[in-house]
Amino acid sequence: MMNDAGINSIARFATALRGPWTLLKKELLRFWRVAFQTVAAPVITALLYLLIFSHVLESHVQVYDGVPYTAFLIPGLIMMSVLQNAFANSSSSLIQSKVMGNIVFILLTPLTHVQFFLAFLIAAIIRGLVVGVCIYLVAMWFIDISIANLWWIIAFALLGSALLGTFGIIAGIWADRFDQMAAFQNFIIMPLTFLSGVFYSIHSLPPFWQKVSQLNPFFYMIDGFRYGFFGAGDVDPMFSLRVVGGAFLVLALITLKMLKSGYKLRS
Amino acid sequence: MPAIKINGVHKHFGALHALRGIDLTIEQGEFFALLGPNGAGKSTLINILAGLISPSAGEISVMGFDVQKQYQQARQLLGVVPQELVFDPFFNVREMLRFQAGYFGRGRENDAWVDEILEGLGLADKAKANMRSLSGGMKRRALIAQALAHKPPVVVLDEPTAGVDVELRQMLWEFIKKLNREGHTIILTTHYLEEAETLCNRVAMMKQGQVVALDTTSSLLNKFSGKHLRLTLGNVSLPSGIEQLVRHAENGIYTFALDDMAQIEFVLSALRTADIKVLDMQLNEADLEDVFLSLVGESGKDAVRSVS
Repeated sequence: MMNDAGINSIARFATALRGPWTLLKKELLRFWRVAFQTVAAPVITALLYLLIFSHVLESHVQVYDGVPYTAFLIPGLIMMSVLQNAFANSSSSLIQSKVMGNIVFILLTPLTHVQFFLAFLIAAIIRGLVVGVCIYLVAMWFIDISIANLWWIIAFALLGSALLGTFGIIAGIWADRFDQMAAFQNFIIMPLTFLSGVFYSIHSLPPFWQKVSQLNPFFYMIDGFRYGFFGAGDVDPMFSLRVVGGAFLVLALITLKMLKSGYKLRS
Repeated sequence: MPAIKINGVHKHFGALHALRGIDLTIEQGEFFALLGPNGAGKSTLINILAGLISPSAGEISVMGFDVQKQYQQARQLLGVVPQELVFDPFFNVREMLRFQAGYFGRGRENDAWVDEILEGLGLADKAKANMRSLSGGMKRRALIAQALAHKPPVVVLDEPTAGVDVELRQMLWEFIKKLNREGHTIILTTHYLEEAETLCNRVAMMKQGQVVALDTTSSLLNKFSGKHLRLTLGNVSLPSGIEQLVRHAENGIYTFALDDMAQIEFVLSALRTADIKVLDMQLNEADLEDVFLSLVGESGKDAVRSVS
């Protein structure tokens, strides 16, 4: 039997959890209410890429032995969408709340900076994963996709969406206007995702561009994720996991520091 | 233990010294008004109290909890109604209130209180309406409801009635008065001086980042116990002897501040000598506006005029 003090501390813990849980729930509902735009739209976009690129390139390109180009393309497209949507979730929620002014409702609460971070982070991860799973389910209609190692897939999907969700928080805190956020998306996120080997293996590139690609953290997320499907990749998945995990830790620490100091949120 | 204790608070915004050493103690159960012209520092002070900005020096505590070092406890005890009409367009009124209470650790057991707020603020039939679809007045009520969702013992209202029609203002004040009777400490900033006069038991007046008067409403009024003579004269030039008594002049209506009744005869005879006809006449007691104007001066006058 548990004594009263034990029950009390559990009750206190539950109450303490309710704050961050409420924020997470609000963030999830926020994108779910407009799922047509936040889930269906990116799924359609990814499928258009799939149809067009596989139609044009299927008979011309073979990246790995015995892997058709369409099958090669699908994991890249899934991961690209996971990353872009994780970023979009936290960044657009924050910039909207800032521009509308309703971020004040969160700033007035006893939520700590860690709770704030976790709520936005987890919501971003979930949005990314929901979009990724939807693309996977639809893509299964078109082609058989093998899975070599599910754990690599899960690990890279989680860490990748966490990394981009965190990056989205930083962008959302930093940007004051929608055009600054658009610049973030168009000049950083888009080039990095498109040049990360979603549509090609970097081994098909000239040596110089192979080296450049290896400086792109997105390359490791895509390559590691793809490894989970084919058991083959451009680099060792363990190395990729360390790069992605390290990048996430660095960005998470920067974000926590920004949130703790109240940078751009509390003057 | 006081509801709010403000101790030597300074705030610099770059070169601007927005708060210049504020000391203020507000006891539990008070209905307290913070008055002052635009730019006096009222909102800056409230934002520091709410933890939205940090002070350059000094400290503020809510029921004994420092708003910076013990911000979780302090914010738990504080409900702040922001000045701007902000809202979250994704949710309806009841959802917003549930979320707001949830951030403070309150769950379904709080629903009865949420209903009470909705009822008290006349929002019950809008509970399922999206925030976006509400009129300005309704949004203002929802904003107040959000600040109250976690049932805070100390409630701060920053210009709650700016741009709100008379009927709604009455209703809001009835509700806030009820909260005050039930033991909530109420602090408000307002431009409507008659509101502070009828509602608040104590008043602080701020000017250029300092508190220039702090007293009970009644004794502030006693200190300025003069009379006001309002004369409608039309477009005239006043004789020099009585010009310095003019407190306010607009559209041919002149308000003279008089120390005693004998001065009435003085003003009227001066007008007669100058051959100026009195078209209408009113005699009033001094009100908080006079106290405000005499302490806060010309800059305050403009602020008051702009909203009245």
